[in-house]
Amino acid sequence: MNNNLKKINIYAIYLGAFILILPLIAFFINAFSFRWFYPQVIPKELSLQAWVRLKLIPKPGQRTFEGFIELWASNPAVIKALLNSLSIGFLVTIVSIIIALPAARVLGLLNFRFKKLIIFIMVSPTILPPIAFVLGLNINFISWGFSGNYFGVCLVHLVPIMPYVVLTMTGIFANYNPDFEHQARTLGANKTRTFLLITLPAIAPGMVVAALFAFLVSWSQYLLTFLIGAGKVMTLPLLVFSTASSGNPALTAAISIIFIFPAILILFFTSKFVSGDSGATGGFGKI
Amino acid sequence: MSKLNIKNLIKSFPSMDRPAVNNVNLDIESGELVAFLGPSGCGKTTILKMITGLFQPDSGDIILDEQSLLKIPTEKRGVVMVFQNYLLFPYMNVNENVGFALKMKGVDKNIIDQKVKEMLELVKLPDIGLRKPKQLSGGQQQRVALARALISNPRILLLDEPLSNLDAHLRDEMRDLIVTIQQKLKVTTIFVTHDQEEAVLLADKIALIFDGELQNFTSPKNYYEKPKNIKAAKFFGGVNFIHAKKHNYNLSTNIGTVHYKGENYTDLNEDNTITIRPENIKLSKNNDFNDNSFKGLIKSVIFSGTHTRYKIIVNDLELECSLQSVGLQDIKTDDTIYVHLPSDKIWAMNE
Repeated sequence: MNNNLKKINIYAIYLGAFILILPLIAFFINAFSFRWFYPQVIPKELSLQAWVRLKLIPKPGQRTFEGFIELWASNPAVIKALLNSLSIGFLVTIVSIIIALPAARVLGLLNFRFKKLIIFIMVSPTILPPIAFVLGLNINFISWGFSGNYFGVCLVHLVPIMPYVVLTMTGIFANYNPDFEHQARTLGANKTRTFLLITLPAIAPGMVVAALFAFLVSWSQYLLTFLIGAGKVMTLPLLVFSTASSGNPALTAAISIIFIFPAILILFFTSKFVSGDSGATGGFGKI
Repeated sequence: MSKLNIKNLIKSFPSMDRPAVNNVNLDIESGELVAFLGPSGCGKTTILKMITGLFQPDSGDIILDEQSLLKIPTEKRGVVMVFQNYLLFPYMNVNENVGFALKMKGVDKNIIDQKVKEMLELVKLPDIGLRKPKQLSGGQQQRVALARALISNPRILLLDEPLSNLDAHLRDEMRDLIVTIQQKLKVTTIFVTHDQEEAVLLADKIALIFDGELQNFTSPKNYYEKPKNIKAAKFFGGVNFIHAKKHNYNLSTNIGTVHYKGENYTDLNEDNTITIRPENIKLSKNNDFNDNSFKGLIKSVIFSGTHTRYKIIVNDLELECSLQSVGLQDIKTDDTIYVHLPSDKIWAMNE
């Protein structure tokens, strides 16, 4: 590639990043402003009122260490929803990986009849609109007692998550040589140690990427949580939605920042696995 | 020092219409260096994998020092395999790779370090302990894999195509290293190869396997001088085969009566086949041989350096003869020639 083309490419990337970041900047200003209306380019007055109303920052005059502790200990709705979202996200991520590991191994390493059909059935939740299956699922969940509770929400989150996790992990195993495991066995490693010392390091990078997908899909899940949780399991997307419909832009912006912040943090720490050079798929490299 | 007995071993795979390994019996003595030789897909690697425990046989038994291996998990068999592509663990450096087996045994770290150093010296690769496998050449990887396999004093060492991934000059070096180390440590060793020359150069005994069936298990010399059947003879470069019938302690053939001195005469069937290696045939323009001498016509002369190969037609039968190029008589195409088959060099087989 010649130098000019390279330069144009780099500018294009900057432009893309700028376009993506611009709304975030507006969000940020909005969250710390008081009544920022058209045609003002910048808000007249900065304020923490949105954060006070979310009960994340105490009222003026109470902003001491004790004041913060007391406010947060009173269990505001935002923190409750944040913890719910985080715990559901982590739980379904771990469960989905445990379920996907053997499936991906078989799909990646072996060839058998109806393999394509099985893969198609596995990815079908990504093509189907969630509303189509969740209404039917809801009837069953109600009769099984899974509706309106934490467990039911976790279970329903697995539906859109599993295709991503299985497909990502199948990619790892397509690039994987099981002979390494057998080599370790002949050198005296039992099955557990072979998994921990040989298999796990090889599949770890791909597993991180799969976990990232799983967490983010669960994190941004609105409809499934809303219907199966029946309003009793409050997660951040539900709170964002209900706040946004209340029509207070500063409040919506503040809660949106809370919503995107963990996702950005996780992306930041896993980005080296997502980028091409470390090889998102892992495996044992070329031999 | 361990002896290995393979008894009536059978293994089938659903994808194959014949058994991959069909009723193989082998007795390998302690300290022997044995080659499993055969074309690819003949089942030799399948046997290795059954010895390590990756595959379970359909029937039969594998007995190491009077004890069946079949119920013992891979890691407790004391059988170590070096794979064709070495399979050094990429996330560990050379020291960690070589010390792996001892670490699994829970050996003290200082002793492991000491042993690793010894093993790397044994394979003539000191000072590379901190490198990652990626930074090593193919030959170095092969040696590290060998050191890693030998560190725990395995009862049986299995090598899958140990030389096939190496360049020609590295191959000779590696072959010598394997023989030296094997003699030094006296570890019972089996290696798999499709290269007949490699098997002859390395092995004490060769197990020749075709289509999952053991053809013969004997010394390399016997494969040249006393092959068991035509297939085995052909695999070792045999080209001359003459159909024969038993006749008064002689063999009568298309080209005439052949005097035979082989010790297997009484075991021969009425119908059998004579073979003789091209380098054992003698040629003469004047008939100056006493017996087993037949008149023929030179069909072609091919000079190939140290040797010259002749194709001779005797009574519609083509024989091939290879003579040292030095001091040859002047023999040309279409010359009439007398072909001598020395009676102590011909060998008859039941086929």
